[in-house]
Amino acid sequence: MPAITVGIFIIVLPAFFPSAYYYRIGALVFIFALAVVGLNLLMGFAGQVSLGHAGFLGIGAYAVAIGPVHLGAPPWLSLFAGAIISGTVAFVVGRPILRLKGHYLAVATLGFGLLIAIVLTNEANWTGGPDGMNVPALTLFGWRVHGSAAWYWIAAVTFLGGFLLALNLMDSPTGRALQAIHDSEIAARVLGIDVARKKLAVFVISAIYASVAGSYLALFNGLITPDVAGFLRSIELVAMVVLGGMGSIVGSLVGAAVLVVLPQALTIFQEYEQALLGLIVMIFMIFLRRGMVPSVAAVFAGWHK
Amino acid sequence: MAELLQFISSGLTVGAIYALVGLGFTLIYKASDIINFAQGEFVMLGGMTTVFAAAAGAPLPLAAFIAVVVTTAIGLALHRFAVEPARGASPVALIMITIGASIFLRGVAQIVFDKRFHSLPPLLSADPIQFGGAAILPQSLVVLACATGIVIVLWLFIDRTLLGKAVIATAANRLAARLVGIDTRRIVDFSFAVSAAIGAIAGILITPIALTSYDVGTLLALKGFAAAMLGGIGSAPGAVVGGLLLGMIEALSAGYLSSSYKDAVAFLIILVVLVGMPQGLFGRAKIERV
Repeated sequence: MPAITVGIFIIVLPAFFPSAYYYRIGALVFIFALAVVGLNLLMGFAGQVSLGHAGFLGIGAYAVAIGPVHLGAPPWLSLFAGAIISGTVAFVVGRPILRLKGHYLAVATLGFGLLIAIVLTNEANWTGGPDGMNVPALTLFGWRVHGSAAWYWIAAVTFLGGFLLALNLMDSPTGRALQAIHDSEIAARVLGIDVARKKLAVFVISAIYASVAGSYLALFNGLITPDVAGFLRSIELVAMVVLGGMGSIVGSLVGAAVLVVLPQALTIFQEYEQALLGLIVMIFMIFLRRGMVPSVAAVFAGWHK
Repeated sequence: MAELLQFISSGLTVGAIYALVGLGFTLIYKASDIINFAQGEFVMLGGMTTVFAAAAGAPLPLAAFIAVVVTTAIGLALHRFAVEPARGASPVALIMITIGASIFLRGVAQIVFDKRFHSLPPLLSADPIQFGGAAILPQSLVVLACATGIVIVLWLFIDRTLLGKAVIATAANRLAARLVGIDTRRIVDFSFAVSAAIGAIAGILITPIALTSYDVGTLLALKGFAAAMLGGIGSAPGAVVGGLLLGMIEALSAGYLSSSYKDAVAFLIILVVLVGMPQGLFGRAKIERV
């Protein structure tokens, strides 16, 4: 039901676009929403935290840059490669890290994300260093994909796919196991759930979501710099999760929409962007910890009574 | 040999700053179980406020004093307005709040101050002291001396005064502390204020050497946290040892291995410590009760 609503929303929305610029914003919203859905699976459902998720965004983004430029691989192949690399890195790093809890996990993921950003900045021979590198456009079956409208549809359809996948996952035994882990890891373990394996699985899945989103971002913008994997980007992703509502897949879209549209709407106040981001994170974590969508849903539920 | 001395001296200098930031982390953590990511911003605010107050005409000692007062006030405000209202939230939520606060302070500093690098005149002379082939800045010695002084004063305070005992009590068991009549809210207020002051002093001391700008806070917070983790979070001497050790490892690896990965050292240490020995060098292993 929510998927159909979102699908209709995606199709109807462009009718309201006065110019091509809005397609661009829409594309960006769906690209980030994809990453946020993945992160939400990890944070909202499984109850883990990752303050370094932009690292996977960076891996995906640089994969589609380095692949064509340095290795001669076609962009779509590089996208897959990037996803596989992200998944593998998540697998290798996740095993030891996911044993940690609470603020230890938070800082470990933070450090990991920053390590990726540092590597991307330093290996200038491959990555072009702090100035980044250009990304050749995606070619699918001979058709060169460019333009905001094309990317709007690609991003929206991929988001819908990811959205459906996430909903499906949540309804499956694995999803229920994850929710059990969220509520009480020890009780879940007592019930026979392989906690470490489930946590690792959702970590890898969320990494792949982020990687694909990062690849899209790079292909769409045509240019990528190391701060796609940076600390601020990671915090933005978490802010999107928190804003929309942890554990709410629809909330991922809302959170992404707010935090992508807001800087655009406030272009005059560009200087205030960081201060505003910090303020939003603080206010939501203090007062509206459940996020926008669950809070609004609770209001409606209250009405029915 | 001269090279080694040079690395050791710069490592100890920057290590002293990490130690002070780590000490700030530890103090707040002990009193309230919160990891305060805005700790690095206190250091930034100390340096930047001094620079701008001095530029506005205040004599340097007054500017430094103003900076410490302002930063302490901000630390208190952080506790009262951001952390306290969310008391009882999960540790992750609290970390997010302090991260949000740190980004907020950074964003505001960007607007109120500017985005350039700034320096301050050193306390003693600017001429390096020749020592065994290495050149050591007098300011480095000032930093080390002041850091040692602060640690000693803090230790004496915690150990010898009633308020210090109250801090220990709050750290040990909050409920029990309240039951014996300690106002734990005031104690946490106090720990935030002292951490902010320590951070500000660290910022003022290091600016003549390492310059300051609106965004030095983030990296410093992470390194200070690495220092605190290395020494064992919750252990004040651990934070100091951790800081000095981190500074040394950083300087030595930058000198002998690769200087572009200097910052990565702290993060690698965080990961290794968290995965290998989460209690750090001096901390006690946490036992989870079912």
